[in-house]
Amino acid sequence: MNGDKLKIALYWGAACGGCDVAVLDTDEFVLELAAEADILFWPIAVDGKYEDIRALPDGALDATLFSGAVRNAENEDVAHLLREKSQVLIALGSCSAFGGIPGLANAVTREEILERVYLDNPSIELGNRTVPRTRVPVNGTELELPAFYPRVWRLSDVVDVDYLVPGCPPAPERVQEVLAALVSGTLPPRGAVVGAAEKALCEECRRRKADKRVARFVRPWEIVPDPESCLLEQGLPCAGPATRGGCGARCPDINQACRGCYGPPPGVQDQGATLVGAWASVIEAKTVEEAETAFAGLPDVLGIAHRFTLPASLLQRSCR
Amino acid sequence: MAFEPRIVGFLCNWCSYTGADLAGTSRIKYPPNVRVIRTMCSARIRPSFVLKALAEGADGVLICGCHPGDCHYSEGNYKTLRRQVLLKRLVAGYGIEPERVRLEWVSASEGQRFAEVVADMTERIRRLGPSRVEMLPSTRRAG
Amino acid sequence: MGRTITIDPITRLEGHGRIEIFLDDAGGVSDCYFQIPELRGFERFVVGRPIEEVPRIVTRICGVCPASHHLAGSKAVDGCFGGVIAPAAVKLREAYYCAHFLHSHIAHFYALAAPDFICGPDAAPAERNILGVVARVGLEIGRQVIEARATAQEIQAVLGGRKRNVCWCTPGGVSKGLSEEERAGLKPMAASLMEFARFSVRLFKDAVLSQSRWVEAILRGPYTLAIGHMGLVDEVGAVAFYDGTVRVVDCEGSELARFAPLDYARILAEHVEPWTYLKFPYLRARGWRGFVEGPDSPIYGAGPLARLNVAEAMATPEAEAARQELFAVAGGRPSGAMLAHHWARLVEMLYAAERLVMLVADPELSSPEFRVLPERITGEGVGIVEAMRGTLIHHYTCDDQGICTGANLIVGTTHNNAPIQMVTKKVAIALIRPGVTPDAALLDRIEMAFRAFDPCYSCATHSLPGAMPLVARLHRGGRVVAELRRDG
Ligand code: SF4
Ligand code: SF4
Ligand code: SF4
Ligand code: FES
Repeated sequence: MNGDKLKIALYWGAACGGCDVAVLDTDEFVLELAAEADILFWPIAVDGKYEDIRALPDGALDATLFSGAVRNAENEDVAHLLREKSQVLIALGSCSAFGGIPGLANAVTREEILERVYLDNPSIELGNRTVPRTRVPVNGTELELPAFYPRVWRLSDVVDVDYLVPGCPPAPERVQEVLAALVSGTLPPRGAVVGAAEKALCEECRRRKADKRVARFVRPWEIVPDPESCLLEQGLPCAGPATRGGCGARCPDINQACRGCYGPPPGVQDQGATLVGAWASVIEAKTVEEAETAFAGLPDVLGIAHRFTLPASLLQRSCR
Repeated sequence: MAFEPRIVGFLCNWCSYTGADLAGTSRIKYPPNVRVIRTMCSARIRPSFVLKALAEGADGVLICGCHPGDCHYSEGNYKTLRRQVLLKRLVAGYGIEPERVRLEWVSASEGQRFAEVVADMTERIRRLGPSRVEMLPSTRRAG
Repeated sequence: MGRTITIDPITRLEGHGRIEIFLDDAGGVSDCYFQIPELRGFERFVVGRPIEEVPRIVTRICGVCPASHHLAGSKAVDGCFGGVIAPAAVKLREAYYCAHFLHSHIAHFYALAAPDFICGPDAAPAERNILGVVARVGLEIGRQVIEARATAQEIQAVLGGRKRNVCWCTPGGVSKGLSEEERAGLKPMAASLMEFARFSVRLFKDAVLSQSRWVEAILRGPYTLAIGHMGLVDEVGAVAFYDGTVRVVDCEGSELARFAPLDYARILAEHVEPWTYLKFPYLRARGWRGFVEGPDSPIYGAGPLARLNVAEAMATPEAEAARQELFAVAGGRPSGAMLAHHWARLVEMLYAAERLVMLVADPELSSPEFRVLPERITGEGVGIVEAMRGTLIHHYTCDDQGICTGANLIVGTTHNNAPIQMVTKKVAIALIRPGVTPDAALLDRIEMAFRAFDPCYSCATHSLPGAMPLVARLHRGGRVVAELRRDG
């Protein structure tokens, strides 16, 4: 690569665009990046054409940053295309790395989603029976829509991925580190999680930990938490103990418990399972009844413990 | 075609495994549906072990530990009990019937009780039918 | 014409917006479809979650305006808890939202709209971007733009924690208050944004309104639609961003509806077409009749111009003066000139800045009472805010344990789905005539049309405003006869 400018692409699958905005939020660095690398394709900022990408020889792109999960056939097709064309494929953000928030859809079925969105909600047209279809005949031809898959996949489920950058969105400072390492050729060996810490979030959280047991878990609307001490020790289900550090503890800093957007720390496969262990370790209960009472304030274990990682969990999806 | 539940049993070494052993040596009859895995203490059974068993096709998971107060590591079984409550909720979130995950206290002398627990659980799971956790390929890449 | 372009089987990869244009035998336009291929399904997968968690989930609908979703969702959740909220929190949220509006409007105007207006449509494509704008107006101003946007972001960070990760609102208020020192620090920041907003309005006048060809282009031609307009107004009928009553007027300005948030589904309905994942809202009482214009049309639009169209005034003096000037030039209210959205956005920039200056001067903003704990679960709430791109509706229900049982969302760009279809078709009809070969200029014009709405398909579904990969295919007699792409 010496001498030549890097060629890179950025793309979004089922995403909110926040990861791209995180790249833009590196401010002046984006301009530096543009000077160091040719950004051939970036739907948010640069006009790109798929056909230009298709015309490239395999491996012609030095790197692609792919944000967003794989929700439909279009996301998957583009993932394959960019994998072929890229030497290095980076999953940017938790959607791409773990399934992210769109991955919460794995707790329900495709049919339930279509039903709720198009057939059964308070504002839908009276008597509507129409649901979008992948092929619709109009004017003697057909209009196509990409197939909406029964479940959400993370990027590494459909193609080989070289690096993961966790976070929803990743903190701009972390994104900048990763891009700088990419440009200078100093990324670690493939397979690494980059742009994040090697320890759990609790290690970087500024709150005071007293190793205290709690009488019961509480819902966030039930208490005004003390601003200095650990939120979990005040009974709020904080995901910090089973979340990779790197964000700087953004949520605990404003009195909100972590929801785990940086995914599991090193050595943990299933973030939710580890959180179950961590949360269980702070109550006193000696009987099932006591434990049920203590956990009354924690009704949706799946939706909190796997807020960002359901498709990456051991069970991946609901089997209803 | 009869459905034979496949149950993974995690048994703590000090009480429950000994109890199960006793059931065997005393020739107490019970269904052969449980594959037993021995651990030093019930607290060693991480929630992820249970999820992994379910992900790989177990129709049920049985966890057995010493009676409250009897854990050889003093508090291990309380830890197990607390986790169990959340673990069941987590499992229910996946649409899996919480009864498929069961915690029982079995002492070294309760061979009979172990046999009854296994018989009862096997019967209940037989009624629930096979687990609906699809043994998904872990990816959707074409082979 | 007559050239047949073979469609590559993976043509459907062509991005998140796709336009299919059908020609009749004479070569004129018979039909036009703007397709949106994305769906994520938030309405369903928030069900079963604790209701107070939902505002922390819906921020991921859109990375461009997470704050709008967070606020609308939080208001809906407040409704589920009986509607109690600390008075200081209302002001804190509104101040945050003014900063969010400023940041977004600045980015939109300078990065997306200004290239069309300031460089002009005849400028070389490579020059029609933010750098081209800076080349025309000077580097110093370029720096000011970056600074102003950063200041607006910083205000949000001071109020609600680090930018781009909004989880600040909580039932009954916000999770963190504002100290006296912090509030003092916000005052000069708000003042600098006020200056910048004034400057932006002047720039628009000097660079755009001084040119009669621009005024012509904005007010006439295919970019006008005779449809209704929708927006939030306060008790005296002035434009409101954070809270108010929804008002709808027809293309002639007669009021068609005025409703409280909880009544939204009585007034609005959504039509489904099988060829796009995005729905088409319309006025329920009038019934869906397709993409029709006129005083009796069931179709309405939302966004900056629609907000000005439904309101009697702006609540602050400088913005009010700017509003009057706009309607004087536009020939009265309401205006159907969709390109005037850009101008309306500047009027709103002034309002947001003036309002922010007022709010940060208010000692209540640093009150320690920024949260009240709700006492009962009442089970239903509708939160409506004006998002940058139009009225944003979040409707939730929950059970007596506070577990979400239902959610319905109608976002800004969805309200504009039908108007965008219509304006696209109008531009296509105006430019594609029998015997005239359509070229890339067609796409530029179409793009200008929908850029006025600043559509955010990330909100509605997916991609970001203004830079959507775009392809238009022309069909005739069952075959694709041309395929056009937007050129950057
Ligand atoms: S990881 Fe978060 S910020 Fe990034 S695209 Fe997904 S939802 Fe948006
Ligand atoms: S549990 Fe949460 S609040 Fe407590 S130290 Fe860890 S991250 Fe901080
Ligand atoms: S505190 Fe947790 S949820 Fe919040 S940004 Fe950090 S990792 Fe994400
Ligand atoms: S040793 Fe048996 S439960 Fe701990």
